[in-house]
Amino acid sequence: MRVLVLAKEGVRSEGPATPPTPEAMAEFQKYNEELVKAGVVVGAGRLYPSSQGKRLRFDGKKRTVIDGPFPESKELVGGYWLWQVRSIDEAIEWLKRSPFDGGTYEIRQVLEMDGM
Amino acid sequence: MRSVRSSRWTGCEGVLGIDRRKSAPQEPGRRETLATEAHRAIEAIWRIESARLIAGLARFVGDIGTAEELAQDALVAALEQWPTSGVPEKPGAWLMATAKHRATDLFRRRKTLERKYEELGRDVEREQRGVELDTAIDEDFGDDLLGLIFMASHPVLSKDARVALTLRVLGGLTTEEIARGFLVPVPNIAQRIVRAKRTLAEAHVRFEVPDGPDRVARLASVLEVIYLIFNEGYSATAGEDWVRPALCEEAIRLGRILAELTPTEPEVHGLVALMEIHASRLSARVGPSGEPILLLDQDRARWTGCSSDVAWPHSNAPRGSGARWVRTRCRRRSPHATLERRPRPKPTGRASWRSTTRSPSSRRPRWLN
Repeated sequence: MRVLVLAKEGVRSEGPATPPTPEAMAEFQKYNEELVKAGVVVGAGRLYPSSQGKRLRFDGKKRTVIDGPFPESKELVGGYWLWQVRSIDEAIEWLKRSPFDGGTYEIRQVLEMDGM
Repeated sequence: MRSVRSSRWTGCEGVLGIDRRKSAPQEPGRRETLATEAHRAIEAIWRIESARLIAGLARFVGDIGTAEELAQDALVAALEQWPTSGVPEKPGAWLMATAKHRATDLFRRRKTLERKYEELGRDVEREQRGVELDTAIDEDFGDDLLGLIFMASHPVLSKDARVALTLRVLGGLTTEEIARGFLVPVPNIAQRIVRAKRTLAEAHVRFEVPDGPDRVARLASVLEVIYLIFNEGYSATAGEDWVRPALCEEAIRLGRILAELTPTEPEVHGLVALMEIHASRLSARVGPSGEPILLLDQDRARWTGCSSDVAWPHSNAPRGSGARWVRTRCRRRSPHATLERRPRPKPTGRASWRSTTRSPSSRRPRWLN
């Protein structure tokens, strides 16, 4: 199964208030490398701050474009991973091993095969 | 219609998976017991750790059989202890340390036994190996894993044996899961694995990453095993289901691991690309009642772009002398990307794809589904 891991980093995703230390970066890279070597990572990406994002709201025929930054600071996604794992439990176990010390990371299974 | 398909695919997905009843979402309000939670965590940890655990141990003890037994002993210890003590902070290290202790015990026992037969002898050598153990297991596991991959796919083994052993020691699957995947009785798979280990031991197959001309042949053997696993999932030779996606996923993951370990081997990248391209069509290949749908009749909206996005970087991977086997298949059997860019099929759709490939028409039917 494939899962999407959403890094809900909150305000951290809004810009480098305090840029990560080289140690923290090295630790993260080591973790990411381990995931890649285990054949888990299918795709990954970092996102620009929401100040550069746009939202489109649909209401019947009407479309409203909303400029960032967006207010729901806790829900803001800073990056994502697409993983291939055998179970949600495996995804949880991998995520637990990450070096992150803040934010919420959300695991969502990608709908496959049926219902597409 | 939808429900028929849903149940089919859910069933397929569970072919190799851990018991779905355990991994299914819990009804709200129902609390899991600590023990169940620990068991689920152990299953997930085993899936992550088993291959490198076995690989690290195999390099030290020299054979897969003993390494796997030691790893299994550690797993049993975890199953006994973790439900009450909780899952340790570094479960992989815990499993390795436990297996390491068992290995030391094993060597000590063997040494005592040997002493009884011959008072003096290779004691010094054994002592040295004892010291080696400490350093052996803590080093980078990459080469160990590669060694294990090569060993499990060793040409002295039959194809069936290689497939079973690879899924067992590298995929972390149980004998039951492998048996279910291939629709073969459990005792047959168990026998196959036991015999494979015995054959490796009897042939004195060394735990090593082959080099030079030997490497090409050995790598071909590894690729063959991965492709066999994939194909069994993609066009199942037995059973009611046409495809078993879990086997495909397993093969692709093994391929990706191998590609990471051998980044300069074009054949490996070619195989991963080939499998990803095929897999992107998985959901479009079978109709609601399980009937096969040929390529030209497939609903392209159901091809998952994701897999082919992943595939193309691999298909552009370094070129080299040995790349022909997979690359030819990759080109010949993947009209996918070319078709995607072309207009939707006309009644003469067959002619349109033919014009996209340089292959002679005699090769045509091989990838039609």
